[in-house]
Amino acid sequence: MPDFVVNARNLRKIYAGEVVVDDIQLNIRRGECFGLLGPNGAGKTTTLRMLLGLTPPDGGELNVLGFEIPRQARQMHARMGLVPQGDNLDPDFSVAQNLRTYARYFGIPRSELDQRLPQLLAFASLEHKADAGISTLSGGMKRRLTMARALVNDPELVVLDEPTTGLDPQARQLIWQRLRELLAQGKSLILTTHYMDEAQRLCDRLAIMDNGHILVEESPAELICQHIEPQVIEVFGPGVEQWGVDCGRNLAQRLEQVGETLFCYAEDEQPVLASLHQFPQLQFIHRRANLEDVFLKLTGKELRDA
Amino acid sequence: MPDGNFRLPRFSSRCLPVWQRNAQVWIKLSGPSLVGNFGEPLFYLLALGYGLGSFIGEVDGLPYIVFLATGIVCSSAMNTATFECLYSAYTRMKVQETWAAMMAAPLNLDDIVLGEVLWAGTKSLISATAILLVASLLGLVHGWQAVGVLPVAFLLGCCFGAMALVVTAISPSYDFFLYYFTLVITPMFLLSGVFFPLDSVPEMVQVGVQLLPLYHIVEVVRPLMTGRPLEGVFGHLLVPLLYGLAAIWLALGLLRRRLLI
Repeated sequence: MPDFVVNARNLRKIYAGEVVVDDIQLNIRRGECFGLLGPNGAGKTTTLRMLLGLTPPDGGELNVLGFEIPRQARQMHARMGLVPQGDNLDPDFSVAQNLRTYARYFGIPRSELDQRLPQLLAFASLEHKADAGISTLSGGMKRRLTMARALVNDPELVVLDEPTTGLDPQARQLIWQRLRELLAQGKSLILTTHYMDEAQRLCDRLAIMDNGHILVEESPAELICQHIEPQVIEVFGPGVEQWGVDCGRNLAQRLEQVGETLFCYAEDEQPVLASLHQFPQLQFIHRRANLEDVFLKLTGKELRDA
Repeated sequence: MPDGNFRLPRFSSRCLPVWQRNAQVWIKLSGPSLVGNFGEPLFYLLALGYGLGSFIGEVDGLPYIVFLATGIVCSSAMNTATFECLYSAYTRMKVQETWAAMMAAPLNLDDIVLGEVLWAGTKSLISATAILLVASLLGLVHGWQAVGVLPVAFLLGCCFGAMALVVTAISPSYDFFLYYFTLVITPMFLLSGVFFPLDSVPEMVQVGVQLLPLYHIVEVVRPLMTGRPLEGVFGHLLVPLLYGLAAIWLALGLLRRRLLI
């Protein structure tokens, strides 16, 4: 059994003369949850589509689950599950029919699926909804059904493209719990997300992409430790700029103004907090540095509309 | 650079789950669909066949309603397959992303295109069966050799389904389909010998119509339904077969170019 579920060497994609994925290297280990992060237009989706064999690369070598991609994509798909960004369930079918129909795409015999159906419905927490139409499901239910659908073939690798986008907090918690169950079963996960808390919580390792490059590839804890000061104080209120010039820049290692908020990054938060207590008109939030701080530091803070 | 998208199709039995998925959706929603399959040709036959027919009398040695019934089997089957592979296939490709879900499973575009084409053939078969039943109840069908219409309708459906998929493959929206209907399907529908014999139009038009598939299907279906001797069947069936095969290749190439980027 190979140690890696994905091996990409010098993977490259060019659209209309523009390099959107620029010779990236990617090694994703078996059994880990790997996150692919990056602002819009960074090349995440193109990278993901190449891994799935849906976009032919313009250069490099790519191996997924031991299969050469895109040439052997069909064999690889038999052992992989995909949870796409938009739910593309069959709206004319019930919950159970969606699972049965999808299983047929894999050539799974009906009797075999019928045996596993209760298990799949339980995974999606939709036991009582087997015969319900898709239009009667909430967003969270649809996403869970899409996840169950990705498991009809008991895959080794599950790829999730923004699995919790658009869901309410309760629905997200349930999805996270289910993803942990999959990891406990020894499955490998690859996920993209815009939620840094989600990536920090779930991913064993992650890569941050921008402009077609992989900027860093590490565990979330390592990334925070290596790339950013441990303490963050967000300051806002009248006179925040002046405070930054007079006091903040001498007390914190790094300052960054984003909109009306001044971010102070410090090794030691005490001098900053002591200073702020003398300026009652300023409000502040003190917290530990997190993945979002790393992400913004590495990819910049300007808005991406791509 | 040679375009690898237009390499030859590789077909396998993997297309069957695609066909089966469409068939199951059809069964779920078959009520309105069947009313259309039976109702529309019935009203055409009653209104045009009896109404117009009483002024026309005989055409080509046949009572007009018989002449018309043999044509409408073909044109209805054509329309059914065309609609299926334009509007419904486009919905599955673009709106519901049914094809994207299939392509994440061990199915590829080759399987999807063949599955869709076979499904279009099946829908034409259903349509032709309905009209044959209506026509035989009205006493317009001569003998059991009319059953031979059914495989011909299947071929017709596959041919027109594949042709419609070419249009779907390049279509930016549903509105685009009107070009194809207005410029290709409607002239073929009106001129291919469905409503009147081909020899009543100018020779130039006759030559043009003979280059298109519908005319050749009508030429096979009419003798099958009226009990007349069959002539040149092989040549007549070769035309839709070639159109169908060429359209499958072209549609698949265009869809690969559109979707596998």
